Amino acid sequence: MTTRTRPAPARRGTPRRRRVDGLHAYTLLLIGWLILPVAIMIAFGFNDVHGKQNYRWEGFTLRWYAHLLDKDDLVTAVVNSLTIALLSTLLSTVAGTLAGLALGRYRFRGGGATGLLLLMAISCPEVVMGASLLSMFVTFGLPRGYLTILLAHVMFSIAFVAVTVRARVVGLDPAVEEAARDLGAGPWTRFRLVTLPMIMPGVVAGALLAFVLSIDDFVITGFTSGATVTFPLWVYGSTRTGTPPQVNVLGTLIFAVGAVVTAVTARRGARAPDHSRAW
Amino acid sequence: MTETQPAPARDDPGRAVPAIELAGVEKAFRVHGEHVAAVRGVDLEVGQGEFFSLLGPSGCGKTTTLRMIAGFEEPTAGEVRLHGRGVTGVPPNRRDVNTVFQSYALFPHMSVFENVAFGLRRRGVPKGEIRARTGAMLDLVDLAGRERRRPSELSGGQQQRVALARALVNRPRALLLDEPLGALDLKLRQSMQVELKRIQREVGITFLYVTHDQDEALTMSDRIAVMNEGLIEQLGTPREIYERPATRFVAGFIGTSNLLAGEVGEVTGGGSRAALSFGPDGRVEVPVRDGLRVAVGERLELTIRPEKIGIGADEPADGLCGVRGTVTEVVYLGTSTSYNVTTSAGADMVVFQQNATSADDAAARGDGVWLSWDPLHSYAIGAPR
Ligand SMILES: Nc1ncnc2c1ncn2[C@@H]1O[C@H](COP(=O)(O)OP(=O)(O)O)[C@@H](O)[C@H]1O
Ligand SMILES: [Mg+2]
Repeated sequence: MTTRTRPAPARRGTPRRRRVDGLHAYTLLLIGWLILPVAIMIAFGFNDVHGKQNYRWEGFTLRWYAHLLDKDDLVTAVVNSLTIALLSTLLSTVAGTLAGLALGRYRFRGGGATGLLLLMAISCPEVVMGASLLSMFVTFGLPRGYLTILLAHVMFSIAFVAVTVRARVVGLDPAVEEAARDLGAGPWTRFRLVTLPMIMPGVVAGALLAFVLSIDDFVITGFTSGATVTFPLWVYGSTRTGTPPQVNVLGTLIFAVGAVVTAVTARRGARAPDHSRAW
Repeated sequence: MTETQPAPARDDPGRAVPAIELAGVEKAFRVHGEHVAAVRGVDLEVGQGEFFSLLGPSGCGKTTTLRMIAGFEEPTAGEVRLHGRGVTGVPPNRRDVNTVFQSYALFPHMSVFENVAFGLRRRGVPKGEIRARTGAMLDLVDLAGRERRRPSELSGGQQQRVALARALVNRPRALLLDEPLGALDLKLRQSMQVELKRIQREVGITFLYVTHDQDEALTMSDRIAVMNEGLIEQLGTPREIYERPATRFVAGFIGTSNLLAGEVGEVTGGGSRAALSFGPDGRVEVPVRDGLRVAVGERLELTIRPEKIGIGADEPADGLCGVRGTVTEVVYLGTSTSYNVTTSAGADMVVFQQNATSADDAAARGDGVWLSWDPLHSYAIGAPR
């Protein structure tokens, strides 16, 4: 077939023929279906609307990007969402990592029950969790607001972080930490230089999950927010009067950040099981 | 727990302090509320610079013994002493021994260099010295030029050598190795045996080597402790262990061994020699090891290695032991020929004969033969079961 007597002529410009079989078509359809809402969200952030309803295309503008921070209450809601997400990610990642380590490493009294509780926290319907958190805060006399939202978010995120980290810990050879001990590393050094780097992929995955869960949580936040408003709550409230295009712009920005983070972690994960210099 | 005071460091010049000493060491684990004895009383001393092996079948307590010396487990009773000092309660990071783990346990996120330098860095060794010592150690294990690799980019044999270098670079007073070659294939294992022995000779560090492979223990060790069910069955040089197995277990576990039992007809030499009587079918004399008491009329069992036995048609000369039997099988093995003989003394015995220049076998299937050996090559192990 390939008798290489002379170089084949460059066939630039000739489209490569592709077989579009059933599976291929299905994949394209699926991707389209997933991307369509996002595409519409992005497009209508550039829509030159003048009334309150942002449903019909009226021309291209960058106006909404320029006036992104015009609506003070929307800005407040976004700041609330971001700070709550960051804080709850930080707290739940620390607490969840420790819980995941303990559950994956040791057999201890109450260990089985804790594992079961984590599963329950994950599988519990959000409405039920939100309602019970609300009644708990009322019972304790805790005024609903920023703090109760944060507490609620930390609470449901811990379970996800703990489960992700535990899965990583269970796969580790306990002898590796013993080796560190054998070579003179005390408990803290051991954790910092050996254990943490080895479970880091699990910790990062758990933290990303916690952030994503927090920033777009609506149901549980709704129950525990009191007068405090987060981005999802503000958007929901705005649908009655007409959602301003700034919401699309914010959604686009959040989506862009998420896409970049996902791409970066995917590349790091593919490269090697290491993303930490040991010192 | 026995309340043993930490022994003061002994430094009388006449006797070298052993590198590792175990005194009445026991270890029991609680498994589902029940005590399981893993080590049931082990006493041993490993001399400085010695290559000492713990040999025994899987589950006999070798790893547990090693872990008590390293400090990962505390003995339930008894004491571990390192260079004369009791180390009860001393954590592994403050014991002057290092371990080579069976799984290697390399740090997967660090390079070969970082793995090997880990122990030195923990002890605050200056940077230049770390580089020099790590480099020299990687040379010693033939891994120069691989400093920047990750463990996952190395072959099994190379990973094994990183694990060895990582432990040795700290110049521990003793190195503990738990089946370090267990995961390698036979060829690589054999070449690593030679390599390990060379490295040990070069660095002069005490090696305590755990293995279930008798060939490995016999070829590498200065001395061997054969373990079974948490106890040491026999402790001695490879030659002693092989040629004079002290118990039925040792005889069976190491190499092929013949067991022969009979009634004691005479005891001579103040109890150091016993003669078993088989009437016209044979006469057997056997040295009795210290601590074993024999009496006329009791039954006694002895062991003898197959290659120590001669086979022939004639009754052996006086001074040799002899038993009559019938050849049931002849197997040509290349360098030797193996004969299975059913003896009149009641035991089936195996005999190996070197294949010398003669093209003929010493006997054929169905032949009536005399088996003969020097009494010094047999060994009384006690009453038969
Ligand atoms: N952490 C442990 N918990 C309970 N039992 C153990 C533990 N470690 C070892 N054992 C038991 O002790 C015995 C000896 O084990 P080990 O020292 O690993 O033997 P070896 O290394 O000779 O194969 C085995 O019966 C094993 O099941
Ligand atoms: Mg073992």
